[in-house]
Amino acid sequence: MSADVAHELQQRTKTRDRVRTRVRIVLALGPLTSVAGVVWGIAQPWRLTLLHPLGQGFWWLFSEPPLYVVLVGLLFRFVVAPGIVEDLE
Amino acid sequence: MTLALIPPAEMVHWWFATGFLIIGLLLLTEAIVGHEAWVRRPWRKYLWPSFLFGMGVLMWPVMTFFTNSAIHMVAHGTWAQFLMLAGAAELGVARGKLHSQYWRLTSAAAMLVSGTALLVHEQQHWFFARAAFLHHALGWTMVAGAVFPLMQALRPRSLTAATGFASVFVVTAIMLYCDRDSAAIFGHFSQYAGVLHR
Repeated sequence: MSADVAHELQQRTKTRDRVRTRVRIVLALGPLTSVAGVVWGIAQPWRLTLLHPLGQGFWWLFSEPPLYVVLVGLLFRFVVAPGIVEDLE
Repeated sequence: MTLALIPPAEMVHWWFATGFLIIGLLLLTEAIVGHEAWVRRPWRKYLWPSFLFGMGVLMWPVMTFFTNSAIHMVAHGTWAQFLMLAGAAELGVARGKLHSQYWRLTSAAAMLVSGTALLVHEQQHWFFARAAFLHHALGWTMVAGAVFPLMQALRPRSLTAATGFASVFVVTAIMLYCDRDSAAIFGHFSQYAGVLHR
């Protein structure tokens, strides 16, 4: 194998590794965000009024910040991330 | 179930936090994969500028309905204008109607104005209550964070600037989610701050 071909192969492997790392990070961003929301919900259950809905007004039942975080993570994972991964690969 | 027409201010902060989190994630992804990969699908390049512009539009009802004081109205109105300006400029760049890299300066201006407005319209000291603390912290984060879009205007391919810009949005989202109308901050809570929440 000539040095040029070996060098090119090495470069390709490096590029492939770099792309793989980026793909992994992009795929992990959404789930990590969702996990952060779940952990927050467990740590501060009083921020989820759906767990104790009696006597709560509309806005309090509508506003569930930990669930918003989970939802953002899921949306990112299933709406934005697949296209990016496809384009990278 | 009761339906009060205007939600508590803390909830509006959480909704905007969600917007900031979305923009932060999108910007972070763009920084990770690179601009070329990010704009490979035409709809993707409009994503975060649209959210930024949309948040500017949504700031107007906030200005209209949360009229605690004149300075609040001025601050919210200024945010609305500068968020819309930055969003519109980024949309123009994404569409190809605007070409100069210096349009990113509108984002720097938006952050500088937002930070200043946050600092000016918070009348209480840092440890008055959590909301006061967060307004000061958010204000200084925005003012300091303005350096990242400024860097991007000068060096559009800087990874540090792109990551920093995205991080400012994520940090802002976290701080906005922490906001409560009347809660303690590191054990401090002024007797004039209302009824204590968790």
